[in-house]
Amino acid sequence: MQKIYMDHGATTPLDGEVLAAMLPYLQGKYGNPSSLHFHGREARAGLETAREKTARALGAYPEEIIFTSGGTEANNMVIQGVARYFSAGERRHIITSAIEHHAVLDTVAYLGRTGFDVTFLPVDRYGLVDPEELAAKITAKTILVTVMTANNEIGTIQPIDEIGRICRQKGVYFHTDAVQAVGNIPFNLKEQPIDMLSLSAHKFYGPKGVGALYIRQKTGIKQLIFGGAQENKLRPGTENLPGIVGLGRAIEMATTGMEAKTGALRELRDRLIAGLLQIEDVRLNGHPQKRLPGNVNVSVLYVEGESLLLHLDLKGIAVSSGSACTAGSLEPSYVLLATGLDRQTAQGSLRLTLGRDNTPAEVDYTLQAVQEIVTKLREMSPLFK
Amino acid sequence: MFAQEAYLDNSATTRVYPEVAAEMQQVMEKKYGNASSLHRRGSEAERILHASRRTIAKILGVKSEEIIFTSGGTEANNLAVLGMARRNIRRGNHLITTVIEHASVLGPFKKLEQEGFTVSYLLPDKQGLIDPAKVVAALTPQTILVSIMHINNEIGSVQPLSQISAAVKAKNQAVLLHVDAVQSFCKLPLNPVEHGIDALSLSAHKIHGPKGTGALYLRRDVLLQPLFWGGEHEKGLRPGTENIPGIAGMALAARLSDQNRKEKADRLQNLKEKLISAIQTAHPRAILNGPRKEEGAPHIFNLSFPGLKGEIVLHALEQEHIYVSTGAACHAHSKNPSHVLQALQLKQDTLEGALRFSLSYLNTAAEVDYAATKINEVVHALKKFQARR
Repeated sequence: MQKIYMDHGATTPLDGEVLAAMLPYLQGKYGNPSSLHFHGREARAGLETAREKTARALGAYPEEIIFTSGGTEANNMVIQGVARYFSAGERRHIITSAIEHHAVLDTVAYLGRTGFDVTFLPVDRYGLVDPEELAAKITAKTILVTVMTANNEIGTIQPIDEIGRICRQKGVYFHTDAVQAVGNIPFNLKEQPIDMLSLSAHKFYGPKGVGALYIRQKTGIKQLIFGGAQENKLRPGTENLPGIVGLGRAIEMATTGMEAKTGALRELRDRLIAGLLQIEDVRLNGHPQKRLPGNVNVSVLYVEGESLLLHLDLKGIAVSSGSACTAGSLEPSYVLLATGLDRQTAQGSLRLTLGRDNTPAEVDYTLQAVQEIVTKLREMSPLFK
Repeated sequence: MFAQEAYLDNSATTRVYPEVAAEMQQVMEKKYGNASSLHRRGSEAERILHASRRTIAKILGVKSEEIIFTSGGTEANNLAVLGMARRNIRRGNHLITTVIEHASVLGPFKKLEQEGFTVSYLLPDKQGLIDPAKVVAALTPQTILVSIMHINNEIGSVQPLSQISAAVKAKNQAVLLHVDAVQSFCKLPLNPVEHGIDALSLSAHKIHGPKGTGALYLRRDVLLQPLFWGGEHEKGLRPGTENIPGIAGMALAARLSDQNRKEKADRLQNLKEKLISAIQTAHPRAILNGPRKEEGAPHIFNLSFPGLKGEIVLHALEQEHIYVSTGAACHAHSKNPSHVLQALQLKQDTLEGALRFSLSYLNTAAEVDYAATKINEVVHALKKFQARR
C-alpha cells in the first residue's frame, strides 16, 4: 500500500541531518549547560550555537531568542508575560483575531476572565484581518496585538508588516504566532515591525518538545515559570539540549534556499487544488494566492470531512479535517465558521498540507482517491441528489 | 570520553542509556505522527504515549490517567505548586514548604507570596531533615498546600514523607501534599498512595532519560489550574503537541532504572560510603555536610575541605577528568553560597569549601576507586600549595 503523508501542518518527519546533529547530545555530550566543568561547558557551547543559528535564520540577535518546550508554551509565555508586565497599570486591553490557534485564543480568553479587555478581530471570507479595522480598535489602553503570520487550517497569510507598522505607530506591542510560517515565509526581524514571535521545531522537520520565542530587546515581559537563571531568567529549567540543537539545525536548513523549496511546494499545491476543484461541489477555503505554499483546504459538500479522512487513511493517505489539536471534536472548525461558512459546509472540510517529500505522482494518486471516495460517500448521502 | 574519567555530577544530569537513545532515535525516525491526528500516523504516536504513561504509572503504583507529562522537573514543580495553590485559593491562602527546596519550588512560592498567599518556610536540622512535628505546628486553618522534597539535591537528606503526610492529614485531611521527587525517582521506594502524596514531580534526565521531559503525578480529584492554555492534551492541564520521543525515552529510562532497583541502590550506597571513607581517611578534617554516610540518599553526598574553595577543587579535579559540582547546577554561576548549606548553619570556610558528589547506576567501582585516589592527591597538592603561600 502507498504511504502518503499530507499532514505537515500537524507535524513533520524529523530530518535525518537534524537527527544526526541531536544524537551526540543524547550520548557523549550529555552535560548540563549550567555545570562549571568540561561537560557543562561543552553543552553550553551547543546551546549557544543553536541560539546563534536560530537568530541568524530570523534576522535577529542571539540574545533575543528564548528556547521553550514548544509553540504552545511560547505563545502562552508571550501573551501571559506581557499581560503580567502591565497588570498593575491601567492599560488592560489585548487584541487578537478570531482565527488564531487555540494556544493563543484560549490564553487570551483566560486573560479575559481575569480582568483584561479582549477584542477578537473578525476576518473576511479568505481569513484575512483588515489592518484598518485593527487600527480603529486600538485604544490608549491596548498593550498587545497578537495576530498569527499564517493560519494553520486554511493557510491564509496575514499582512503582518502592515499590522506591525500600525502597532508601532500606536505604541502597542505586536506578537505573531509564526509556528506555521517559519520555513515557509522569510523573516528579517531586525527590519520588520515585530516585537515577539513564536515558533515550533516540529513544524519544520525538527524535533517535538522544543520551540522558541523571539523577544525584541527591551520588551516588557514577565516569566511564566519560576526557579532558575536559565534563558536569561525568563525560562528556568535544565535546557533540552538535544532538542534545542535539533531546532538550531532544522531552522538553519529550513531557511536555506527557501525560495526554491517553497516554489516547488507551491506548484504541487496548485496542482492539488486544481485537481480537487475539478470534483463537483468542491470549494477552496482560504485565499487563492496569500496562502502557505503547502496548504490546501477544501470543503467537499454533502460529505463529512472526518469520514473522508478515515477513508483516505485506509488508502494510506494521511490528511486532516482541521487542525490536529481539535481533531476528534464534533464541532465544525471555528476558523471556517469565522470565514463565513455555514456549519454543514464547514463540516465537510479537508486539510491537506504538503511537505518537501511529496511528489506529483502522490498528488495525482491522492486526487484519484479523493474522487473515488467522494463519489462513494455521496451515493450514500441523502443530501446529495 | 577519556581513558580514565569519573562523572560524579549525576544530580546535575545523567548520560542517556544507550537503549534509550536507540529507542528515541527509532521513534523520531519512524513514529513521527502527531498524537492528536486521527490517521494511522497519529494513532501510532498515541499508542506510544499511552504505553509510556502506563509504564510510569506502574512504577509509582498509580493509575495511568494520574500522570501528566511536562517539559521537565521545573515545569512539573511549577505546575503543581502554582496550579494547586491558585486553583484552591477559595479554601485558604496559607502554604508550607521548606527552605531547602529546589529553586523550581521556591521560585513559585515567592511568586505566590506576591499574589497574596502567606508561606511558612520550615528550617531543617543539622542533618538536613524536616521534623514532621514542625510541619504540623505550622498548619493553620487556612493551610491548603504543603510542598516538601523527597531527596535534597545538594546534601542527599531524605525526608520522612510517610510520617509528614500522616501527621498533616491527621490534623487536616484536606491539606494537599506535593513532593518534588526529581532526585529520588527510581532510587528509593516511591508510592504516592502509600505515602499519602497528592502530587509528585519527576524528571527524565536525572534517571538516564532525555532532557526536556518530566512528569507530574496528580491524584485524581485534585484540582489544578494549568500554566498554559490551548488544547485538550494531557486532560487540558498541559496543552501542546506531546514530545513523543522524549516521553518514550523517559518511560524506557524509568523501566531500566527501576529494574532491580533495590540491589542497584544498595550497590550505590556501598560505593558512596567507600568513597566517603577513603576521603575521610586521607583527610580527617574533611567535613560531611548533611546526613551521616550510613543515612541519606544512596547517591548524593556533600563534603567540605575547610580552607580550600570548592570551585578551586572542582577545577583541579576536572584536570583529572573527575566531574563534581559546588552545589545545584542551576546556581553554579551564582556568587551567593548555597541556600541549602546556609540552612545547615555551616561555618563560612565549610560553606565555601563544599562540593557535591552524585553517583548513578552507571558509575563503576573502578571509577569510584580512581576518583578516591585522585581526589586525595589533588586535595593534598592544593593544601601543600596553600601552606607555602
